Amino acid sequence: MTKAQDSKKVGVFIASAIALCVLPFIVGGSLGNSWVRIVDFALLYVMLALGLNIVVGFAGLLDLGFIAFYAVGAYTYALLSSPHFGLHLPFYITIPLGALFAAFFGILLGTPVLRLKGDYLAIVTLGFGEIIRIFMNNLNAPVNITNGPQGINLIDPIHVAGVDLGTPISLFGLNLPPVYLYYYLFLVLTVIVVIMAWRLQHSRIGRAWVALREDQIAASAMGINIRNIKLLAFALGALSGGVAGGLFSAFQGFVSPESFSLLESIMILAMIVLGGMGNIAGVILGAVVLTIAPEILRDVIGPLQMKTMGRMLIDPENARMLLFGLAMVAMMLVRPEGMLPSKRRKAEFRDAKAAAAQKG
Amino acid sequence: MAEVLLKIEGIHKRFGGLHALNDVGLTINKGEIYGLIGPNGAGKTTLFNVLTGLYVPDEGSFTFDGKNLFQAKPHIVVESGIARTFQNIRLFAEMTALENVMVGRHIRSKAGALGAVLRDRRTREEERAIEAKAWELLEYVGITDVAEERARNLSYGHQRRLEIARALATEPKLLALDEPAAGMNPRETEELKELMSKIAKGGVTVLLIEHDVKLMMGLCDRIAVLDYGKKIAEGVPEEVRRNPKVIEAYLGAAHA
Ligand SMILES: Nc1ncnc2c1ncn2[C@@H]1O[C@H](COP(=O)(O)OP(=O)(O)OP(=O)(O)O)[C@@H](O)[C@H]1O
Ligand SMILES: [Mg+2]
Repeated sequence: MTKAQDSKKVGVFIASAIALCVLPFIVGGSLGNSWVRIVDFALLYVMLALGLNIVVGFAGLLDLGFIAFYAVGAYTYALLSSPHFGLHLPFYITIPLGALFAAFFGILLGTPVLRLKGDYLAIVTLGFGEIIRIFMNNLNAPVNITNGPQGINLIDPIHVAGVDLGTPISLFGLNLPPVYLYYYLFLVLTVIVVIMAWRLQHSRIGRAWVALREDQIAASAMGINIRNIKLLAFALGALSGGVAGGLFSAFQGFVSPESFSLLESIMILAMIVLGGMGNIAGVILGAVVLTIAPEILRDVIGPLQMKTMGRMLIDPENARMLLFGLAMVAMMLVRPEGMLPSKRRKAEFRDAKAAAAQKG
Repeated sequence: MAEVLLKIEGIHKRFGGLHALNDVGLTINKGEIYGLIGPNGAGKTTLFNVLTGLYVPDEGSFTFDGKNLFQAKPHIVVESGIARTFQNIRLFAEMTALENVMVGRHIRSKAGALGAVLRDRRTREEERAIEAKAWELLEYVGITDVAEERARNLSYGHQRRLEIARALATEPKLLALDEPAAGMNPRETEELKELMSKIAKGGVTVLLIEHDVKLMMGLCDRIAVLDYGKKIAEGVPEEVRRNPKVIEAYLGAAHA
């Protein structure tokens, strides 16, 4: 690498750091605070997608129940920091605890599915995700643990160094509402998750995951302990899902089983596939696009119909899902490897195509 | 007296009604090149799979370097010092040649998830050592010029060599090669033969499956012959060549 490239990189880095720091002010100033909230959610989804990417993108294990770990993290925080049990533990206990719980559940899910692959694995993980949600729904009797479908209310906001992120503060004459404060917290944690994912990918462990994904038999013949390396992927993926879950709980102030539906698991998987499985930048892009795009559609579809046709022809919510589905199908037809695929993944698709062309 | 490295006795492996290995026993001594021949479907690859933990044998005993490896998991086998290549090359196709060999260092390195995330000094040093060793092995088998190429784009001969380098990366005491010369031209075969001799001289015991009888006779210290899952002969090449059972089962066909 030359010096010029180096300094260019540093330049890009500083520019994006500044952009990320002022982002809420730009978004909030131009589009309003509800859009800052959407950006906050985008960060949560980046964390989730990066977690799932460890399992699906790195290790090649299809997981359709990933939202369960988000749920575990969210409920851990909710139960330990709300009036529900009268417990108000600080976030630096509840969030790591939620992450650990989620990792534990990751291993719990991983152990029975060690021998499964592909479709079978997808079905079992899907079932697991649903089981967790149904548990949350029904653990209100005989002993009320999760408060059932009503969910848990009045969850404590996060307090960092004496600052309550749940109430606006003013700093140097700037008024910072909670969505701004959470933005910075989420940003810091997202950056940590990105660094972790990147370092894992470029390590002995990451290589073992790729080996596992490419050829499990050859991987085991290289002395890779297949069971451990799979469980590690499940656990670490779940860990970041758990962190995101805890943050979600605090941010929303409310959780209920509804938030952890199968559709959410599928959404996160779609983020990875659309963005470029296995490639961290692609996954981030996928998560951001799939969080923001539906919101833009929501803002556009209703008014557009009123304007052009004078009345609401299709319910905006339905139209949004329809367009979204069509966009996904189109994307998979045009660019199945995703928006920003890793080099390796791109090559795999090219080779698969070439092989198919040869056969047929 | 030669020192025993690997000893199996009474190994049976069945696939449903097929008795793929029937009471197979053999002893491999340290430092030798041990050949395994036999007609197609004789059970040679199956025996390799049993020796490397990919197949679980039904009965028998298996000790290696003083350790009981009967029904051991593949990673335990590799850790104990047995490495292999595959008859139908199984490289990590989308990884580069260098990365393939680096995967081979997995069992001889330690960094876990925490080390990977923290990137402490020990992890960084280990990672550097892994890469250095991988380069060294590519050099050893003579394919440094394609180190950064994806494995699937390598020529056939290079892929075979890469698979050997990857196996050597696990620091085996016994290297098991399943038809490494298959599909090679005479020049490549000759080079491969030299490589195998070099590996053996370097102190690694070699277990070799190969159909090329001439190659085997010239290279191996001892040879065992499998036929229909049974060992029908074992000995120095000259003995094996003269054994009537072998002539009937295998060499007979080749000499006819
Ligand atoms: N996993 C398996 N399931 C069922 N049968 C198997 C399996 N693996 C091997 N066999 C059978 O066991 C027998 C021995 O096969 P093996 O591959 O060991 O032969 P080989 O001596 O390596 O032959 P070749 O020289 O053709 O490579 C064959 O009849 C084969 O079909
Ligand atoms: Mg074979």
